[in-house]
Amino acid sequence: MDVAQFFSWLNDAHGINFSIFYDPFDRDRFLAGLWTTVALSVICILASIALGIVGAWAQGAKSAVVRAVAQGYVQVFRNTPPLVQLAFFYFAFATLLPTVRDSFGGQAPLISSFGWAVISFSLFAGAFNVEIFRSGIEAVPQSTIEAAEALGYTRLGAYRHVILPLAIRVCLPALNNNLVNLVKTTTLAYAIGVPELLYAAAQIWSEVLNVREMMNVLLVTYIALVALLVAAMNKWERMMRVPGFGQ
Amino acid sequence: MKVLLTPRIEGFGGSRWLKPIASTRALAAVVFVFLASAAWAQAAAPAAQASVMSVLWKWAPLIFQGFLFNLLVSVGTMALGTVLGVFLGLAQVSPYRGLRRAAWAITQFFRNAPWLVLLFYAMLILPFQIGPVALPSWLKAVIGLSLPVMGNIAEIVRGGVLSIPTGQWESAEALAFSRRQILWMIILPQAVKRMIPPWMNQYAILTMATTLISIVGIQDGLTMTRAALVAEARTDLLVPMYLMLLLMFFVYCYPIARATLSLERRFAVKI
Repeated sequence: MDVAQFFSWLNDAHGINFSIFYDPFDRDRFLAGLWTTVALSVICILASIALGIVGAWAQGAKSAVVRAVAQGYVQVFRNTPPLVQLAFFYFAFATLLPTVRDSFGGQAPLISSFGWAVISFSLFAGAFNVEIFRSGIEAVPQSTIEAAEALGYTRLGAYRHVILPLAIRVCLPALNNNLVNLVKTTTLAYAIGVPELLYAAAQIWSEVLNVREMMNVLLVTYIALVALLVAAMNKWERMMRVPGFGQ
Repeated sequence: MKVLLTPRIEGFGGSRWLKPIASTRALAAVVFVFLASAAWAQAAAPAAQASVMSVLWKWAPLIFQGFLFNLLVSVGTMALGTVLGVFLGLAQVSPYRGLRRAAWAITQFFRNAPWLVLLFYAMLILPFQIGPVALPSWLKAVIGLSLPVMGNIAEIVRGGVLSIPTGQWESAEALAFSRRQILWMIILPQAVKRMIPPWMNQYAILTMATTLISIVGIQDGLTMTRAALVAEARTDLLVPMYLMLLLMFFVYCYPIARATLSLERRFAVKI
Protein backbone atom coordinates (compact mmCIF):
# COMPACT_ATOMS: atom_id res chain seq x y z
CA MET A 1 0.00 0.00 0.00
CA ASP A 2 1.58 3.30 -0.99
CA VAL A 3 1.08 6.67 0.67
CA ALA A 4 -1.86 7.80 -1.46
CA GLN A 5 -3.65 4.47 -0.98
CA PHE A 6 -3.03 4.56 2.76
CA PHE A 7 -4.56 8.02 3.20
CA SER A 8 -7.42 7.17 0.88
CA TRP A 9 -8.07 4.10 3.05
CA LEU A 10 -7.78 6.22 6.22
CA ASN A 11 -10.51 8.48 4.88
CA ASP A 12 -12.79 5.63 3.82
CA ALA A 13 -12.31 3.53 6.92
CA HIS A 14 -12.00 6.14 9.66
CA GLY A 15 -13.15 9.43 8.14
CA ILE A 16 -9.79 11.07 8.81
CA ASN A 17 -9.42 13.01 5.60
CA PHE A 18 -5.90 14.10 4.66
CA SER A 19 -6.99 14.91 1.11
CA ILE A 20 -3.65 16.53 0.19
CA PHE A 21 -1.95 13.12 0.29
CA TYR A 22 -4.21 11.31 -2.16
CA ASP A 23 -6.06 13.96 -4.17
CA PRO A 24 -3.67 15.36 -6.82
CA PHE A 25 -5.69 18.60 -7.13
CA ASP A 26 -5.50 19.36 -3.41
CA ARG A 27 -1.89 18.26 -3.30
CA ASP A 28 -0.92 20.66 -6.07
CA ARG A 29 -2.78 23.52 -4.42
CA PHE A 30 -1.06 22.81 -1.13
CA LEU A 31 2.38 22.56 -2.74
CA ALA A 32 1.78 25.79 -4.67
CA GLY A 33 0.89 27.47 -1.36
CA LEU A 34 3.98 26.04 0.30
CA TRP A 35 6.13 27.29 -2.56
CA THR A 36 4.59 30.79 -2.31
CA THR A 37 5.25 30.89 1.43
CA VAL A 38 8.86 29.78 0.92
CA ALA A 39 9.41 32.35 -1.85
CA LEU A 40 7.78 35.11 0.21
CA SER A 41 9.88 34.20 3.25
CA VAL A 42 13.19 34.01 1.39
CA ILE A 43 12.68 37.29 -0.49
CA CYS A 44 11.56 39.09 2.69
CA ILE A 45 14.46 37.67 4.71
CA LEU A 46 17.02 38.92 2.18
CA ALA A 47 15.32 42.32 1.73
CA SER A 48 14.88 42.87 5.46
CA ILE A 49 18.53 42.02 6.17
CA ALA A 50 19.59 44.49 3.48
CA LEU A 51 17.27 47.12 4.98
CA GLY A 52 18.66 46.40 8.44
CA ILE A 53 22.25 46.88 7.30
CA VAL A 54 21.50 50.11 5.45
CA GLY A 55 19.31 51.40 8.32
CA ALA A 56 21.89 50.63 10.97
CA TRP A 57 24.46 52.51 8.94
CA ALA A 58 22.05 55.44 8.49
CA GLN A 59 21.39 55.56 12.23
CA GLY A 60 25.03 56.35 12.84
CA ALA A 61 25.33 58.78 9.91
CA LYS A 62 26.80 62.26 10.33
CA SER A 63 23.75 64.01 8.85
CA ALA A 64 21.04 64.63 11.43
CA VAL A 65 18.34 64.35 8.75
CA VAL A 66 19.43 60.86 7.70
CA ARG A 67 19.56 59.79 11.35
CA ALA A 68 16.08 61.18 12.02
CA VAL A 69 14.63 59.45 8.95
CA ALA A 70 16.13 56.11 9.97
CA GLN A 71 14.92 56.52 13.55
CA GLY A 72 11.43 57.54 12.42
CA TYR A 73 11.18 54.54 10.10
CA VAL A 74 12.20 52.16 12.87
CA GLN A 75 9.83 53.59 15.47
CA VAL A 76 6.80 53.75 13.18
CA PHE A 77 7.17 50.23 11.83
CA ARG A 78 8.00 48.68 15.19
CA ASN A 79 5.08 50.23 17.02
CA THR A 80 2.18 49.69 14.63
CA PRO A 81 0.44 46.40 13.80
CA PRO A 82 1.91 44.61 10.77
CA LEU A 83 -1.59 43.69 9.59
CA VAL A 84 -2.65 47.35 9.52
CA GLN A 85 0.59 48.23 7.73
CA LEU A 86 -0.21 45.60 5.14
CA ALA A 87 -3.80 46.87 4.78
CA PHE A 88 -2.50 50.41 4.49
CA PHE A 89 -0.08 49.49 1.70
CA TYR A 90 -2.42 47.20 -0.20
CA PHE A 91 -5.77 48.93 0.18
CA ALA A 92 -4.75 52.57 0.58
CA PHE A 93 -1.28 53.31 -0.71
CA ALA A 94 -1.68 51.12 -3.81
CA THR A 95 -4.58 53.28 -5.00
CA LEU A 96 -2.21 56.23 -5.37
CA LEU A 97 -0.04 54.36 -7.85
CA PRO A 98 -0.83 54.25 -11.59
CA THR A 99 -2.21 51.04 -13.10
CA VAL A 100 -0.66 49.22 -16.02
CA ARG A 101 -2.19 47.46 -19.02
CA ASP A 102 -2.21 43.70 -18.53
CA SER A 103 -1.96 41.01 -21.23
CA PHE A 104 -5.74 40.93 -21.70
CA GLY A 105 -5.87 44.67 -22.38
CA GLY A 106 -7.46 45.45 -19.02
CA GLN A 107 -6.11 47.55 -16.17
CA ALA A 108 -3.94 45.78 -13.64
CA PRO A 109 -2.35 47.22 -10.50
CA LEU A 110 1.30 48.13 -10.81
CA ILE A 111 2.27 45.93 -7.86
CA SER A 112 0.54 42.61 -7.18
CA SER A 113 -0.68 41.49 -3.76
CA PHE A 114 2.42 39.30 -3.54
CA GLY A 115 4.55 42.36 -4.25
CA TRP A 116 2.83 44.38 -1.53
CA ALA A 117 3.25 41.52 0.92
CA VAL A 118 6.98 41.48 0.14
CA ILE A 119 7.26 45.26 0.57
CA SER A 120 5.21 45.37 3.76
CA PHE A 121 6.88 42.44 5.54
CA SER A 122 10.36 43.52 4.48
CA LEU A 123 9.79 46.98 5.92
CA PHE A 124 8.32 45.51 9.12
CA ALA A 125 11.10 42.99 9.72
CA GLY A 126 13.68 45.47 8.46
CA ALA A 127 12.76 47.92 11.23
CA PHE A 128 13.55 45.25 13.82
CA ASN A 129 16.71 44.27 11.96
CA VAL A 130 17.97 47.87 12.11
CA GLU A 131 17.82 47.75 15.90
CA ILE A 132 19.36 44.28 15.97
CA PHE A 133 22.29 45.28 13.77
CA ARG A 134 22.75 48.46 15.78
CA SER A 135 23.01 46.41 18.95
CA GLY A 136 25.70 44.36 17.22
CA ILE A 137 27.53 47.44 16.03
CA GLU A 138 27.48 48.93 19.51
CA ALA A 139 29.06 45.74 20.81
CA VAL A 140 32.11 46.17 18.54
CA PRO A 141 34.87 47.52 20.79
CA GLN A 142 35.70 51.18 20.25
CA SER A 143 39.39 50.31 20.04
CA THR A 144 38.73 48.10 17.00
CA ILE A 145 37.04 51.00 15.21
CA GLU A 146 39.87 53.33 16.16
CA ALA A 147 42.39 50.82 14.89
CA ALA A 148 40.53 50.66 11.56
CA GLU A 149 40.56 54.46 11.40
CA ALA A 150 44.26 54.53 12.16
CA LEU A 151 44.82 52.15 9.25
CA GLY A 152 43.22 54.73 6.95
CA TYR A 153 39.80 53.12 6.44
CA THR A 154 37.03 55.50 5.41
CA ARG A 155 33.79 55.40 7.42
CA LEU A 156 32.15 53.19 4.80
CA GLY A 157 35.23 51.03 4.41
CA ALA A 158 35.55 50.44 8.14
CA TYR A 159 31.83 49.67 8.29
CA ARG A 160 32.01 47.15 5.46
CA HIS A 161 35.25 45.40 6.23
CA VAL A 162 35.66 45.67 10.00
CA ILE A 163 32.54 46.63 11.95
CA LEU A 164 29.80 44.76 10.08
CA PRO A 165 31.53 41.36 9.93
CA LEU A 166 32.04 41.51 13.72
CA ALA A 167 28.60 42.98 14.42
CA ILE A 168 26.77 40.30 12.40
CA ARG A 169 28.40 37.58 14.44
CA VAL A 170 27.33 39.21 17.68
CA CYS A 171 23.72 39.79 16.68
CA LEU A 172 23.07 36.48 14.90
CA PRO A 173 20.96 35.01 17.73
CA ALA A 174 18.69 38.06 17.80
CA LEU A 175 18.53 38.08 14.01
CA ASN A 176 17.61 34.42 14.11
CA ASN A 177 14.72 35.25 16.42
CA ASN A 178 13.45 38.03 14.20
CA LEU A 179 13.66 35.98 11.01
CA VAL A 180 11.64 33.20 12.64
CA ASN A 181 9.11 35.87 13.45
CA LEU A 182 9.18 37.06 9.84
CA VAL A 183 8.38 33.58 8.53
CA LYS A 184 5.43 33.45 10.93
CA THR A 185 4.32 36.93 9.83
CA THR A 186 4.03 35.78 6.19
CA THR A 187 0.71 34.16 7.16
CA LEU A 188 -0.78 37.68 7.28
CA ALA A 189 -0.57 37.75 3.47
CA TYR A 190 -3.73 35.63 3.70
CA ALA A 191 -5.59 38.87 4.48
CA ILE A 192 -4.81 40.38 1.06
CA GLY A 193 -5.38 37.17 -0.86
CA VAL A 194 -1.83 36.06 -1.57
CA PRO A 195 -2.18 32.32 -2.27
CA GLU A 196 0.33 31.24 0.38
CA LEU A 197 0.19 28.20 2.62
CA LEU A 198 -2.56 29.36 4.98
CA TYR A 199 -4.67 30.59 2.07
CA ALA A 200 -4.28 27.30 0.19
CA ALA A 201 -5.11 25.34 3.34
CA ALA A 202 -8.18 27.47 3.98
CA GLN A 203 -9.34 26.85 0.41
CA ILE A 204 -8.91 23.12 0.84
CA TRP A 205 -10.64 22.89 4.21
CA SER A 206 -13.59 24.97 3.10
CA GLU A 207 -14.13 22.73 0.07
CA VAL A 208 -13.24 19.29 1.45
CA LEU A 209 -14.48 20.14 4.97
CA ASN A 210 -11.45 18.66 6.72
CA VAL A 211 -10.66 21.59 9.00
CA ARG A 212 -9.20 19.49 11.79
CA GLU A 213 -6.83 17.54 9.56
CA MET A 214 -5.67 20.54 7.53
CA MET A 215 -5.14 22.61 10.68
CA ASN A 216 -2.76 20.02 12.04
CA VAL A 217 -0.98 19.67 8.69
CA LEU A 218 -0.64 23.45 8.63
CA LEU A 219 0.83 23.69 12.11
CA VAL A 220 3.28 20.87 11.47
CA THR A 221 4.32 22.42 8.15
CA TYR A 222 5.02 25.82 9.69
CA ILE A 223 6.93 24.25 12.58
CA ALA A 224 8.98 22.33 10.02
CA LEU A 225 9.68 25.51 8.02
CA VAL A 226 10.78 27.36 11.15
CA ALA A 227 12.88 24.39 12.27
CA LEU A 228 14.63 24.40 8.87
CA LEU A 229 15.37 28.11 9.16
CA VAL A 230 16.65 27.75 12.73
CA ALA A 231 18.86 24.81 11.74
CA ALA A 232 20.31 26.79 8.83
CA MET A 233 20.90 29.85 11.01
CA ASN A 234 22.56 27.77 13.73
CA LYS A 235 24.85 26.22 11.15
CA TRP A 236 25.71 29.67 9.84
CA GLU A 237 26.34 30.84 13.37
CA ARG A 238 28.78 28.01 13.98
CA MET A 239 30.55 28.69 10.68
CA MET A 240 30.95 32.38 11.50
CA ARG A 241 32.12 31.81 15.05
CA VAL A 242 35.11 33.93 16.04
CA PRO A 243 37.58 31.82 18.04
CA GLY A 244 37.96 33.16 21.56
CA PHE A 245 34.46 34.61 21.87
CA GLY A 246 31.61 32.98 23.78
CA GLN A 247 31.96 29.36 24.82
CA MET B 1 29.01 40.51 24.94
CA LYS B 2 27.61 37.79 27.20
CA VAL B 3 24.26 39.49 27.42
CA LEU B 4 24.06 39.76 23.67
CA LEU B 5 24.70 36.10 23.12
CA THR B 6 21.52 35.00 24.90
CA PRO B 7 18.81 37.16 23.36
CA ARG B 8 16.28 34.40 22.62
CA ILE B 9 15.14 34.91 26.17
CA GLU B 10 14.04 38.46 25.62
CA GLY B 11 11.40 38.17 22.94
CA PHE B 12 12.54 40.74 20.45
CA GLY B 13 16.19 41.20 21.19
CA GLY B 14 16.29 44.67 19.74
CA SER B 15 14.22 46.79 22.05
CA ARG B 16 16.74 47.19 24.81
CA TRP B 17 19.15 48.91 22.47
CA LEU B 18 16.79 51.64 21.37
CA LYS B 19 18.50 54.95 21.49
CA PRO B 20 16.62 57.57 23.43
CA ILE B 21 15.01 60.22 21.28
CA ALA B 22 12.47 62.66 22.55
CA SER B 23 9.19 60.75 22.37
CA THR B 24 7.28 63.96 21.81
CA ARG B 25 9.33 64.59 18.69
CA ALA B 26 8.55 61.15 17.24
CA LEU B 27 4.89 61.57 18.05
CA ALA B 28 4.85 65.03 16.49
CA ALA B 29 6.39 63.62 13.32
CA VAL B 30 3.73 60.90 13.04
CA VAL B 31 0.91 63.37 13.65
CA PHE B 32 2.44 65.64 11.03
CA VAL B 33 2.49 62.86 8.41
CA PHE B 34 -1.13 62.05 9.26
CA LEU B 35 -2.29 65.68 8.94
CA ALA B 36 -0.26 66.18 5.77
CA SER B 37 -1.91 63.16 4.16
CA ALA B 38 -5.33 64.44 5.20
CA ALA B 39 -4.54 67.88 3.79
CA TRP B 40 -3.21 66.38 0.59
CA ALA B 41 -6.32 64.22 0.23
CA GLN B 42 -8.37 67.33 0.85
CA ALA B 43 -6.61 69.27 -1.88
CA ALA B 44 -7.20 66.42 -4.34
CA ALA B 45 -10.91 66.09 -3.50
CA PRO B 46 -13.68 67.83 -5.45
CA ALA B 47 -15.08 70.89 -3.65
CA ALA B 48 -18.64 69.53 -3.34
CA GLN B 49 -17.66 66.71 -0.97
CA ALA B 50 -17.41 66.93 2.79
CA SER B 51 -13.88 67.75 3.88
CA VAL B 52 -11.60 64.84 4.73
CA MET B 53 -11.04 66.07 8.27
CA SER B 54 -14.77 66.29 8.97
CA VAL B 55 -15.34 62.78 7.63
CA LEU B 56 -12.47 61.46 9.73
CA TRP B 57 -13.89 63.26 12.75
CA LYS B 58 -17.29 61.70 12.09
CA TRP B 59 -15.93 58.14 12.01
CA ALA B 60 -13.24 58.54 14.66
CA PRO B 61 -15.48 57.53 17.61
CA LEU B 62 -16.56 54.28 15.91
CA ILE B 63 -13.02 53.36 14.91
CA PHE B 64 -11.81 54.27 18.38
CA GLN B 65 -14.43 51.94 19.86
CA GLY B 66 -13.09 49.16 17.67
CA PHE B 67 -9.59 50.05 18.81
CA LEU B 68 -10.73 49.88 22.45
CA PHE B 69 -12.02 46.38 21.74
CA ASN B 70 -8.51 45.50 20.50
CA LEU B 71 -7.14 46.74 23.80
CA LEU B 72 -9.71 44.76 25.76
CA VAL B 73 -8.76 41.58 23.89
CA SER B 74 -5.08 42.33 24.45
CA VAL B 75 -5.58 42.71 28.22
CA GLY B 76 -7.63 39.51 28.50
CA THR B 77 -5.15 37.57 26.37
CA MET B 78 -2.19 38.87 28.32
CA ALA B 79 -3.80 37.85 31.63
CA LEU B 80 -4.57 34.33 30.41
CA GLY B 81 -1.25 33.97 28.60
CA THR B 82 0.73 35.14 31.63
CA VAL B 83 -0.96 32.72 34.03
CA LEU B 84 -0.44 29.78 31.66
CA GLY B 85 3.05 30.94 30.74
CA VAL B 86 4.23 31.21 34.35
CA PHE B 87 3.25 27.60 35.02
CA LEU B 88 4.83 26.44 31.78
CA GLY B 89 8.00 28.43 32.48
CA LEU B 90 8.32 27.05 36.00
CA ALA B 91 7.75 23.54 34.62
CA GLN B 92 10.78 24.16 32.41
CA VAL B 93 13.02 24.58 35.46
CA SER B 94 11.40 21.72 37.35
CA PRO B 95 13.69 19.09 38.92
CA TYR B 96 11.75 16.35 37.10
CA ARG B 97 13.32 15.62 33.76
CA GLY B 98 10.10 14.38 32.11
CA LEU B 99 8.15 17.50 33.09
CA ARG B 100 11.04 19.70 31.97
CA ARG B 101 11.23 18.04 28.56
CA ALA B 102 7.47 18.16 28.02
CA ALA B 103 7.26 21.83 29.03
CA TRP B 104 10.18 22.63 26.74
CA ALA B 105 8.49 20.91 23.78
CA ILE B 106 5.17 22.69 24.42
CA THR B 107 6.92 26.04 24.73
CA GLN B 108 8.88 25.61 21.51
CA PHE B 109 5.78 24.46 19.65
CA PHE B 110 3.68 27.46 20.62
CA ARG B 111 6.50 29.96 20.21
CA ASN B 112 7.30 28.83 16.70
CA ALA B 113 3.81 28.36 15.26
CA PRO B 114 2.39 31.42 13.47
CA TRP B 115 -0.08 33.48 15.52
CA LEU B 116 -2.64 33.52 12.74
CA VAL B 117 -2.59 29.74 12.36
CA LEU B 118 -3.06 29.27 16.11
CA LEU B 119 -5.88 31.80 16.00
CA PHE B 120 -7.59 29.90 13.17
CA TYR B 121 -7.00 26.72 15.11
CA ALA B 122 -8.79 28.04 18.18
CA MET B 123 -11.60 29.63 16.18
CA LEU B 124 -12.37 26.54 14.11
CA ILE B 125 -11.56 23.68 16.48
CA LEU B 126 -12.99 24.95 19.79
CA PRO B 127 -16.67 24.08 20.22
CA PHE B 128 -19.42 26.70 20.42
CA GLN B 129 -20.05 25.76 24.00
CA ILE B 130 -18.47 23.62 26.68
CA GLY B 131 -21.24 22.04 28.74
CA PRO B 132 -23.59 24.83 29.70
CA VAL B 133 -20.98 27.57 29.16
CA ALA B 134 -21.19 29.27 25.76
CA LEU B 135 -17.93 30.17 24.05
CA PRO B 136 -18.44 33.44 22.14
CA SER B 137 -16.05 34.01 19.26
CA TRP B 138 -14.15 36.79 21.04
CA LEU B 139 -13.39 34.37 23.89
CA LYS B 140 -12.13 31.81 21.40
CA ALA B 141 -9.93 34.51 19.90
CA VAL B 142 -8.55 35.34 23.35
CA ILE B 143 -7.74 31.66 23.90
CA GLY B 144 -6.17 31.38 20.44
CA LEU B 145 -3.97 34.45 20.91
CA SER B 146 -2.98 33.45 24.44
CA LEU B 147 -1.31 30.25 23.17
CA PRO B 148 1.68 31.96 21.51
CA VAL B 149 1.76 34.49 24.36
CA MET B 150 1.95 31.55 26.77
CA GLY B 151 4.96 30.14 24.92
CA ASN B 152 6.79 33.47 24.95
CA ILE B 153 6.00 34.20 28.60
CA ALA B 154 7.26 30.72 29.49
CA GLU B 155 10.60 31.61 27.91
CA ILE B 156 10.68 34.93 29.76
CA VAL B 157 10.00 33.18 33.08
CA ARG B 158 12.62 30.52 32.39
CA GLY B 159 15.15 33.17 31.38
CA GLY B 160 14.37 35.22 34.47
CA VAL B 161 14.75 32.27 36.84
CA LEU B 162 17.98 31.14 35.17
CA SER B 163 19.41 34.66 35.37
CA ILE B 164 19.53 34.45 39.17
CA PRO B 165 23.01 33.31 40.31
CA THR B 166 23.28 29.69 41.48
CA GLY B 167 24.66 30.99 44.77
CA GLN B 168 21.18 32.19 45.69
CA TRP B 169 19.79 28.67 45.31
CA GLU B 170 22.68 27.14 47.23
CA SER B 171 22.59 29.57 50.12
CA ALA B 172 18.82 29.19 50.42
CA GLU B 173 19.26 25.43 50.50
CA ALA B 174 21.89 25.82 53.17
CA LEU B 175 19.32 27.77 55.21
CA ALA B 176 16.99 24.75 54.93
CA PHE B 177 14.38 26.32 52.67
CA SER B 178 12.32 23.80 50.73
CA ARG B 179 12.45 23.95 46.93
CA ARG B 180 9.04 25.57 46.73
CA GLN B 181 10.04 28.14 49.34
CA ILE B 182 13.26 28.91 47.50
CA LEU B 183 11.38 29.45 44.27
CA TRP B 184 8.58 31.61 45.65
CA MET B 185 10.40 33.48 48.41
CA ILE B 186 13.91 33.94 47.05
CA ILE B 187 14.27 33.35 43.33
CA LEU B 188 11.01 34.69 41.87
CA PRO B 189 10.96 38.02 43.78
CA GLN B 190 14.37 38.77 42.29
CA ALA B 191 13.55 37.39 38.86
CA VAL B 192 10.27 39.31 38.49
CA LYS B 193 12.16 42.57 38.23
CA ARG B 194 14.10 41.25 35.26
CA MET B 195 11.03 39.71 33.67
CA ILE B 196 9.00 42.94 33.60
CA PRO B 197 10.68 44.61 30.58
CA PRO B 198 10.40 41.60 28.22
CA TRP B 199 6.89 41.04 29.54
CA MET B 200 5.92 44.58 28.56
CA ASN B 201 7.60 44.07 25.20
CA GLN B 202 5.48 40.96 24.73
CA TYR B 203 2.40 42.95 25.63
CA ALA B 204 3.16 45.56 22.95
CA ILE B 205 3.67 42.79 20.38
CA LEU B 206 0.40 41.21 21.44
CA THR B 207 -1.50 44.48 21.19
CA MET B 208 -0.35 44.83 17.61
CA ALA B 209 -1.25 41.20 16.91
CA THR B 210 -4.83 41.65 18.13
CA THR B 211 -5.73 43.11 14.72
CA LEU B 212 -5.54 39.51 13.48
CA ILE B 213 -8.98 38.90 14.95
CA SER B 214 -10.44 41.00 12.15
CA ILE B 215 -9.37 38.24 9.74
CA VAL B 216 -11.43 35.64 11.58
CA GLY B 217 -14.51 37.84 11.57
CA ILE B 218 -14.50 39.68 14.89
CA GLN B 219 -15.25 43.39 14.74
CA ASP B 220 -12.19 45.29 15.87
CA GLY B 221 -10.53 48.57 14.92
CA LEU B 222 -9.48 47.34 11.49
CA THR B 223 -12.97 46.01 10.71
CA MET B 224 -14.46 49.36 11.74
CA THR B 225 -11.98 51.23 9.54
CA ARG B 226 -12.90 49.05 6.57
CA ALA B 227 -16.62 49.50 7.28
CA ALA B 228 -16.22 53.28 7.43
CA LEU B 229 -14.34 53.26 4.14
CA VAL B 230 -17.01 51.13 2.49
CA ALA B 231 -19.72 53.44 3.81
CA GLU B 232 -18.00 56.55 2.48
CA ALA B 233 -16.85 54.94 -0.80
CA ARG B 234 -14.23 57.62 -1.44
CA THR B 235 -10.74 56.65 -2.56
CA ASP B 236 -9.19 59.84 -1.22
CA LEU B 237 -10.10 58.71 2.32
CA LEU B 238 -8.17 55.44 2.13
CA VAL B 239 -4.77 56.75 3.14
CA PRO B 240 -5.85 59.14 5.96
CA MET B 241 -8.30 56.61 7.42
CA TYR B 242 -5.74 53.80 7.68
CA LEU B 243 -3.18 56.28 8.98
CA MET B 244 -5.62 57.27 11.71
CA LEU B 245 -5.81 53.64 12.87
CA LEU B 246 -2.03 53.29 12.66
CA LEU B 247 -1.74 56.45 14.73
CA MET B 248 -3.99 55.03 17.47
CA PHE B 249 -1.80 51.95 17.77
CA PHE B 250 1.37 54.00 17.65
CA VAL B 251 0.21 56.35 20.40
CA TYR B 252 -0.55 53.32 22.57
CA CYS B 253 2.45 51.11 21.79
CA TYR B 254 5.25 53.66 21.52
CA PRO B 255 5.09 54.80 25.16
CA ILE B 256 5.16 51.13 26.19
CA ALA B 257 8.30 50.63 24.11
CA ARG B 258 9.86 53.71 25.73
CA ALA B 259 8.94 52.59 29.23
CA THR B 260 10.29 49.10 28.52
CA LEU B 261 13.54 50.64 27.44
CA SER B 262 13.97 52.81 30.50
CA LEU B 263 13.10 49.92 32.82
CA GLU B 264 15.62 47.71 31.04
CA ARG B 265 18.24 50.36 31.56
CA ARG B 266 17.41 50.66 35.22
CA PHE B 267 17.41 46.91 35.83
CA ALA B 268 20.38 46.20 33.59
CA VAL B 269 23.04 43.97 35.10
CA LYS B 270 26.35 45.78 35.07
CA ILE B 271 29.07 43.66 33.54
